[in-house]
Amino acid sequence: MTELELKTFLQSEELERFLARMLVIRHFEQAVEERYRDGEIPGFVHLAIGQEAVAVGACSALSPGDVITSTHRSHAHALAKGMPPRVVMAELYGKVDGCSSGRGGSMHLYDVERGYLGSSAVVGGALGIATGAALAFKMHGEERVAVPFFGDGATSSGLFHEAMNLAALWKLPVVFLCENNCWAESTPFAQHSPVADLTERALAYGMTALRVDGQDVEAVFHATAEALAHARSGEGPVFLVAETYRLAAHNVGDPQEYRDRAEFEQSRATQDPIVKLRGRLALSDERFAELEREAEAITADAVEFARHSPDPDPGDLLEDVYA
Amino acid sequence: MPDPQNGTRRLSFREAVRDAMSEAMRRDPEVFIMGQDIAEHGGSQKVTLGMLDEFGPERVRNAPISEMALTGAGIGAAMMGMRPIVEIMYQDFLTLAMEQLVNHAAKERYMSGGQLKVPLTVRTQGGAGWSSAAQHGQQVEGWFAGIPGLKVVYPSTPRDARGLLWSSIYDDNCVLFFEHVQLYNLREELPEELEPVPLGKARIMRAGEDVTVVALGPLVHEALAAAERAEAEGVSVEVVDPRTLQPLDEETILVSVRKTSRCVVAHEAVRRMGFGAELAALIQEKAFDWLDAPVERVGACFSPLPFSPVLEKECVPRRDKVYDAIMRSVGRK
Repeated sequence: MTELELKTFLQSEELERFLARMLVIRHFEQAVEERYRDGEIPGFVHLAIGQEAVAVGACSALSPGDVITSTHRSHAHALAKGMPPRVVMAELYGKVDGCSSGRGGSMHLYDVERGYLGSSAVVGGALGIATGAALAFKMHGEERVAVPFFGDGATSSGLFHEAMNLAALWKLPVVFLCENNCWAESTPFAQHSPVADLTERALAYGMTALRVDGQDVEAVFHATAEALAHARSGEGPVFLVAETYRLAAHNVGDPQEYRDRAEFEQSRATQDPIVKLRGRLALSDERFAELEREAEAITADAVEFARHSPDPDPGDLLEDVYA
Repeated sequence: MPDPQNGTRRLSFREAVRDAMSEAMRRDPEVFIMGQDIAEHGGSQKVTLGMLDEFGPERVRNAPISEMALTGAGIGAAMMGMRPIVEIMYQDFLTLAMEQLVNHAAKERYMSGGQLKVPLTVRTQGGAGWSSAAQHGQQVEGWFAGIPGLKVVYPSTPRDARGLLWSSIYDDNCVLFFEHVQLYNLREELPEELEPVPLGKARIMRAGEDVTVVALGPLVHEALAAAERAEAEGVSVEVVDPRTLQPLDEETILVSVRKTSRCVVAHEAVRRMGFGAELAALIQEKAFDWLDAPVERVGACFSPLPFSPVLEKECVPRRDKVYDAIMRSVGRK
């Protein structure tokens, strides 16, 4: 594992922009929880509360041609990659103005034009796809990088190991970005991983690995930038582990009986990336409240848009089964 | 060998498959192939032999034994505008790629609301007849015909193999392309110029009046042999090869059955829950009033493929079983 050296620091204006994006994600997720509990959003939803710094820090380091894939916990990645909150919310509502015209839902968001190749709700399921996108970049001679996001749980899946092996073997421009949120649904990290430091997984593939505090958006930004530079230079993939916390249940409605209440409350009190960044920036209460109001307004607008978007036409059911 | 006199070449099924891939790769830099042992070794059945020399290791990518990642990588490269071909050494090993095919290749377009397309071709081979036993010879094409979003192709002749593979590579969906090991040495005179065969068009292999046999892969040839024998008994048999299971040319099958009023469906895959059951259902739904006999189904017995040549012969249907089904259908047995 390479130790990170933070040679440069971001300007506070840039960090404030990161904070604003993280707040939009936080308010968006809170609105999703409320609207879901009120029965407006069907299906089931997984919130990224607590993991906003990973999504924003990593996506802010990407170049325009880079692509990402995501997981069942996808809203933060979608918003951080630049998807309009209205379009994401409308998809969560299953409406025709959603990114997939209501065919995908919370777990299957896509914005191909913006380089968001979609979220797979099979744990680890998109790792091969990201590897293949990187193969295409390499064969086309393009300096683009594919960045699959996935959780710690995915590191025990077969595809994780096959994709890491293939990407390392063929020196493909991939940054495998693992968000270790300490939980694979209800299974704690220690019950699914034989190694405490996930970067050790990369050793078997001769792959460069980095480990970063996922609650520190600036550290995530720098680590991702370093990983991207390595992958872009043709030296092969990087395994980047962001140590984060799931400051929410697995999905809305999960009572988390498996989780120690004190640990959960303690984590919420001490590991909130927004609180940390706010403290670091020494923002005035007034300025912070202003950013919160902006995030609330964006979210409220997204909810109203989704509510008023029409349902899909049942006559269009079979559209797009085949190209 | 090329015959410049009449512009034809006599190609084996194996060479026809190679010809379609090579021609696509010559014309189009977006086409490439990856799979296990496909480079110097030429693949387990030598289908890709010589392609490494012509196209180099970047486009004839020898891959580690990672069917799942390889299929996933094919999907990802296809999403980025390439037209990859993934070779899965035996169709039994499709099980290792099943998750990527079923949950991703088949569904990316739908889940993305039409934003994506996945022009990936997955070639695979297998089949009984050489004691390859339970993990190297089963026929699984029917499984994939039940997955919305996938296309399934199963040619029976060199001409169709070449033309259908071309169409599969240039289809904007994920196509599973099944080759039967017993057909690789089958030879046919083909035009020098590749003729694409559209997906979703059945082929009438033999015209007849009394019974229609709808057969897949090697059973097409078994059905043709059974038809000859039946002809000698005064029974006129029409043989239809759907060539693609999905999309399925229902019309050609139904027109034939409405003409003959009797139908036998035949494949090497297990009979129970097989593709023939879907054909039988189609025929009773749309041609019931024309039927003079129940639809006869021919397929392998409900057992893993046995190793012993004696047991394998008992398990897998060949011309005798097709003949018997034809004769039952016309009430002669």
